[in-house]
Amino acid sequence: MACPPPSQLTSFELLGFGDCGWGATLLWGLGNSLLIAAGAYALGFLIGIGGAFGKLYGGPILRDVAAIYTTLVRAVPELVLILILYYAVPGLLNEVMVALGQERIILPQFITGVVVLAFVQGAYQTEVLRGAILAVPHGQIEAARAMGMSPLLVARRIILPLMTSNAVPGLGNLWLNATKDTALLAVIGFSELTKATYQASATTKAFFTFYPAAMLMYLLVSMVSIYLFSRLEKWARRGQRDVRG
Amino acid sequence: MKAFLQPHRIVLLAIGLLLIGLAIGLMNWSWLENPKYQVLIVQGIWRSIWLTVVTMIIGMALAIPIGLAQAVGPWYLAIPARAFCTVIRGTPLLMQIWLLYYGLGSLFPGIPGIRDSVLWPILRQAWPYAVVALSLSVAGYEGEVMRGAFKGVPHGQLESAKSMGMPPFTMFRRIWLPQAIQRVLPTIGGETVLQLKSTPLVSTITVVEIYSVAGRIRQDTFIVYEPLLLLAAIYMCITGLIVLAFRTYERRLPTRTA
Repeated sequence: MACPPPSQLTSFELLGFGDCGWGATLLWGLGNSLLIAAGAYALGFLIGIGGAFGKLYGGPILRDVAAIYTTLVRAVPELVLILILYYAVPGLLNEVMVALGQERIILPQFITGVVVLAFVQGAYQTEVLRGAILAVPHGQIEAARAMGMSPLLVARRIILPLMTSNAVPGLGNLWLNATKDTALLAVIGFSELTKATYQASATTKAFFTFYPAAMLMYLLVSMVSIYLFSRLEKWARRGQRDVRG
Repeated sequence: MKAFLQPHRIVLLAIGLLLIGLAIGLMNWSWLENPKYQVLIVQGIWRSIWLTVVTMIIGMALAIPIGLAQAVGPWYLAIPARAFCTVIRGTPLLMQIWLLYYGLGSLFPGIPGIRDSVLWPILRQAWPYAVVALSLSVAGYEGEVMRGAFKGVPHGQLESAKSMGMPPFTMFRRIWLPQAIQRVLPTIGGETVLQLKSTPLVSTITVVEIYSVAGRIRQDTFIVYEPLLLLAAIYMCITGLIVLAFRTYERRLPTRTA
């Protein structure tokens, strides 16, 4: 179907789902953004847990390596890291594959995006989780050790449940960062919400239709996330005395 | 120094130096000798620092009234200030930059007479949009920080200033603002680093700073990794400088630690 020129369409029609609308493109972008953010956040959490325990309880070498990792990642712009990793990760992987006598592989953009953002997230989550672990009353850990619990059991039964309430606010902020950092992948050509908005508005010249709409989507995601994290914090703080008395 | 130089650290340092040596020896750095690129790199570093400093100053100047409005302002000031902070903090900076540059930038030529005005040579360039977008971003984030800082100043300080007969503005200038700023100085140091790390985003709207210089060198020479490594090293150095500057400044302020 031939569409009339975009200037004759109303904002409503432009954002709609018809043949002339860009609604589906934007929603597809939003879905992509959320998927990447969720993947990177989950993977970053694993790195963060490992990094935090490594920094606190690891041997001297592990501690220093973790410190170098968090310092480097937090000192270099995300965009630069994304660019470096975006070229380095597939390149290194392919060199390994070639050395092993395998075919070269092309990593899906999605997986590269997730891994790259997770690498960045991991550094920040390490710091948040380290702070949360430090805030666990030391007597609790000592008591668990005195009961003869193994280090893994102490981590699983004592430290992780007790640190949750301390970690949730910081982790909530990092989740908001993760959703916004996906926009950086637009620069390397990944079709997430910001890129979709750019394409839609560049084609139709309706900048003030698409940008506010996309910003509203990001805002809604933020608001819902803030609400869910406050619920999570309340759940994590169950049984704790309210400081307000 | 002795506590730092444990055996494993010496090994790690040696590995680090070896890696740097390998990078210098095995990688292709010949493009650094090209005087054209040298000039571009120095200019790029200067632009990045300039953008960081200028937008931090403008943003903080905006953040103080925004924070004040949120902390003690009447509802008709507090609600817009709050909405502004929420929108800035809730949407990606890249999108704000693009909205200003592509959106506003496409509106301006439609305004009759603007092409003949004195403003046109400025509005035609990209950097004013970058400065505005980055400053607004600082204002949004620091507005929230300043709100907490203004609220955190002990009430007794303000009451005693009032009882000394200080007019409100003098009280704000002499008592409230300095104490609020002192409280958030470490936070602002961290935010300045974050601001430096957001400046590469303006390269997407054709502002030439160090990130886009590196991009240009990569395009010209087809060298993939080396310019990026140099870029990372440059950002780390600037970050180090910012951290150092704030640390010396914080030390000059008298604080009492319990």
